Amino acid sequence: MDASVDRIADPWGGRTPYGPGTAWPVRTDTYLEDGVAPQDVDQWVQTSSLLHSNGDAMDVAVRDGRIVGVRGRGADRVNRGRLGPKDLFGWQAVASPARLTRPLVRDGDRLVECDWPTAMDRVVTRSKELLRQRGPSSIGFYTSGQLFLEEYYTLTVIARAGIGTNHLDGNTRLCTATAGEALKETFGCDGQPGSYTDVDHADTIALFGHNMAETQPVLWARVLDRLAGTAPPRLVCVDPRPTPVARRAQVHLAPRGGTNVALLNALLHEIIRTDRVDHAYVRAHTVGFEELADRVADCTPEWAARICDVPARAISEAADVIGTAERLLSTVLQGVYQSHQATAAAVQVNNLHLLRGMLGRPGCGLLQMNGQPTAQNTRECGANGDLPGFRNWENDAHVAELARVWNVAPEAIPHYAPPTPAMQMFRFAEAGSLRMLWISGTNPAVSLPELARVRAILAQERLFTVVQDLFLTETARLADVVLPAATWAEKTGTFTNADRTVHLSEKAVDPPGLARADLDILLDYARRMDFRDRDGQPLVHWHDPPSAFEAWKLCSAGRPCDYTGLSYERLRGGSGIQWPCTDQAPEGTERLYTDGITWAGADVSETYGRDLVTGASVSEVEYRALNPDGKAVLKAAEYLPPHEETSEEFPLQLNTGRTLYHFHTRTKTGRVPQLDAAAPDVWAELSPAEAEARGLAEGDLVEVTTRRGSVRGRLRVTAIRDGMVFLPFHYGYWDAPGGDRPAVGGAGRAANETTVTDWDPVSKQPLFKISAARITLVEHGDGTPAPAPTTTASAPVAPADVPATVGGALAHASQVVPDAEAGDGSRS
Amino acid sequence: MNGVGLALRALDHGERRLEHRFLAAAQRHRTEHEFCHVAGDLARWSREHHTRLVAVAAQRGLNLRWPSSNRSSDLLAGVRTRAAEAVGRRPEPGLLLLRDLRELYLAASRNSLHWEMLAQAAQATRDTGLLDVVSRCHPQTLRQVRWTNTMIKTLSPQVLTGL
Repeated sequence: MDASVDRIADPWGGRTPYGPGTAWPVRTDTYLEDGVAPQDVDQWVQTSSLLHSNGDAMDVAVRDGRIVGVRGRGADRVNRGRLGPKDLFGWQAVASPARLTRPLVRDGDRLVECDWPTAMDRVVTRSKELLRQRGPSSIGFYTSGQLFLEEYYTLTVIARAGIGTNHLDGNTRLCTATAGEALKETFGCDGQPGSYTDVDHADTIALFGHNMAETQPVLWARVLDRLAGTAPPRLVCVDPRPTPVARRAQVHLAPRGGTNVALLNALLHEIIRTDRVDHAYVRAHTVGFEELADRVADCTPEWAARICDVPARAISEAADVIGTAERLLSTVLQGVYQSHQATAAAVQVNNLHLLRGMLGRPGCGLLQMNGQPTAQNTRECGANGDLPGFRNWENDAHVAELARVWNVAPEAIPHYAPPTPAMQMFRFAEAGSLRMLWISGTNPAVSLPELARVRAILAQERLFTVVQDLFLTETARLADVVLPAATWAEKTGTFTNADRTVHLSEKAVDPPGLARADLDILLDYARRMDFRDRDGQPLVHWHDPPSAFEAWKLCSAGRPCDYTGLSYERLRGGSGIQWPCTDQAPEGTERLYTDGITWAGADVSETYGRDLVTGASVSEVEYRALNPDGKAVLKAAEYLPPHEETSEEFPLQLNTGRTLYHFHTRTKTGRVPQLDAAAPDVWAELSPAEAEARGLAEGDLVEVTTRRGSVRGRLRVTAIRDGMVFLPFHYGYWDAPGGDRPAVGGAGRAANETTVTDWDPVSKQPLFKISAARITLVEHGDGTPAPAPTTTASAPVAPADVPATVGGALAHASQVVPDAEAGDGSRS
Repeated sequence: MNGVGLALRALDHGERRLEHRFLAAAQRHRTEHEFCHVAGDLARWSREHHTRLVAVAAQRGLNLRWPSSNRSSDLLAGVRTRAAEAVGRRPEPGLLLLRDLRELYLAASRNSLHWEMLAQAAQATRDTGLLDVVSRCHPQTLRQVRWTNTMIKTLSPQVLTGL
């Protein structure tokens, strides 16, 4: 196969079918800008995707000092040469003329350009002033899921041991906090058990709130290739929207929002009732079976059907498929993580695997997914509310070990309370006890819930806000100091995807103007603040990405995320490598828990656990009594109704989420012509029955309103479940008249104008999927359809009335399958 | 009324008070989002405990029903909510929150001790019906205690040093 494909119209590209237990064939995807041929490329520079969590390895094409395209890396274990639409086209944003090129400082109502010393001096002066007057707890750092490992680690050392604050978190709190927490609750420690290669072996794949086709299109291409090959796997899909995954599923359950725990408890009930339990595995590797069995004893499919509004027999059928699987792969994402009882639900998926003994073998995988490309590193490096290397803040030995690595006194590292999660940090800023917030690589003025409140917090005079970013985002416009950062392909570093694969990302081109790598900005700050260790030597003693990586390796040694066997040299060329990678496992580690549970003992675990309903801490003594032999914990949870219920005034459940063509708040993807054109503006989705009941039709201008605010957009009628309205969350104001907020008298465009401030008490992840809303007509359309893609979960119920989403000539990418690979294992 | 009856009455009184305290504190601290939402969930447990206590007491010929709650508390609720929103951007309500958490902890601990007494009495008299109620409810009371304790641990450093 050697073809040119419109990758906007066909996001997943052509099929390379394969059968169970065989290797996923290579297919090399390439996109070069118009007029550039492969022989025109001066240099191919190795990197990996920074616009989702899959870690698609690629080479960047450079010509005359500019990026001119990308090509997938066929040798890489993650994507075997394939790239998704955001990978193929997203690089164009790097050269956007809107990039920040100079630091900015606030002068009254304006931000004015300045040089680096002026900007950094303001930051350092305010830091020192606050440390003197109000102490370290008046300073907070809110970072990203898109910096590099070396940068997070440096930031963590600065925040925890330099400043000495407990207030450091990432926007990973919004995307992956529940994944980490669910793994900690079950296995004692973070660390993805499964591997993407489990797709190659599975006979059943269950996707819980995970629209894989849009969030990780290349991983979905892997599933599609299995579906097209011999002995294809069966799919179970839990999603209220008609996603591409749902359309291919043997069983599709579309529950009411906020009812995941009820549904999962019913699945567990059925597995136990039909005795599809691997009792030997449960005995050998778990504690808590009796309590779990007792908790779900009354959770029949009929009981759950009433709560979830799905047919009881569909629940039984799903349980049957999962219960008869011999190689079960489950994946979980935002439909669980950003919904009511997030951690409690995600943990029940872990429980399904433990009951069935489906862990640590090919095809028996559990993937608690990440949303962002480098979220895994935020977690590992301790920039997201845990100590580095998955160390336990409540374990004095862990803190002492970390203090030795950093050569500081243990008391210098705050460990009197759990590290502060982002939402609580904003609350401290609102109440006035946090006076400086350094925001790097994230845009809370669009991405956090209840935006009117977030803007009011950020705009406070008493709060000194530093924003480090590529563009003048909505958040940057509210800042006191704006620092222009270099991005992907303009700096070197490493990052790790959702299945623990570490990739090297090398510098290909220079950043624009005075923009600097995030690492260099942080190193400059550390130097100016003159942070010292206990011997009076510089606390941050590294000076570039390789030396930062070496420092991190020492910190990771002996922990689950052990990087000691890795180096830039080993990561250069060839494939990414999965941690742990050590002298004993020099090729990395494909699956965790192949030989029992290894990190749940009280002396090594990252946590002693929390109450899945209240979030209350379990004490060390209780944990030791509960789990003396360090096994996996089968944690049960009762279903609770969501906090914001629908009412006569707000009869619909509001669900927010993403679309395939955009990433986050569109700061990059909105500046890419092919991606922007595929989904240019906000829309709202409603089912045919709900639309008809309100006299609404495709293309009508509607307003979605909650107790917090409203959003205006065109209506798309889809096969979404009744009783629910969906809004994509990507759209903000940088390309709208308001600039950073709705224009005066204008309507909201950002979905988060409407969302409720509520978070999971266990993982502290905000809930974006369960506000109560109403939808009203603003004006009937003129026949123009909503600006929503037709290729995705937003597909219209009446396709004849809506032109299909296509990319045209500028969206054609080549895909090449070596002859030896084509047709292998195919049914056709 | 025997001693078990006295303990049932005392505990039922305690659970009703705890439910009311959780709800009132949730309204008072509307801008402390985690506290407010979880306090609402935990109030529900105390309400369920009350229902179970009424039933188990009725089987023993004891009437624990209270007159239905008067309207004034609902009026007060609105005042509390508006007051919370008005002072949400000042640090001092943090102290008030710590005080409320302390009182909730003590009230839940008091209930826990009453459950303990009832459990002992139920075992001594082989009263399986009562024992069943205790073993369902008491763990939830202990979770209320642990949650208030966790919240105090988490919030104290910032509240007490950030004024």
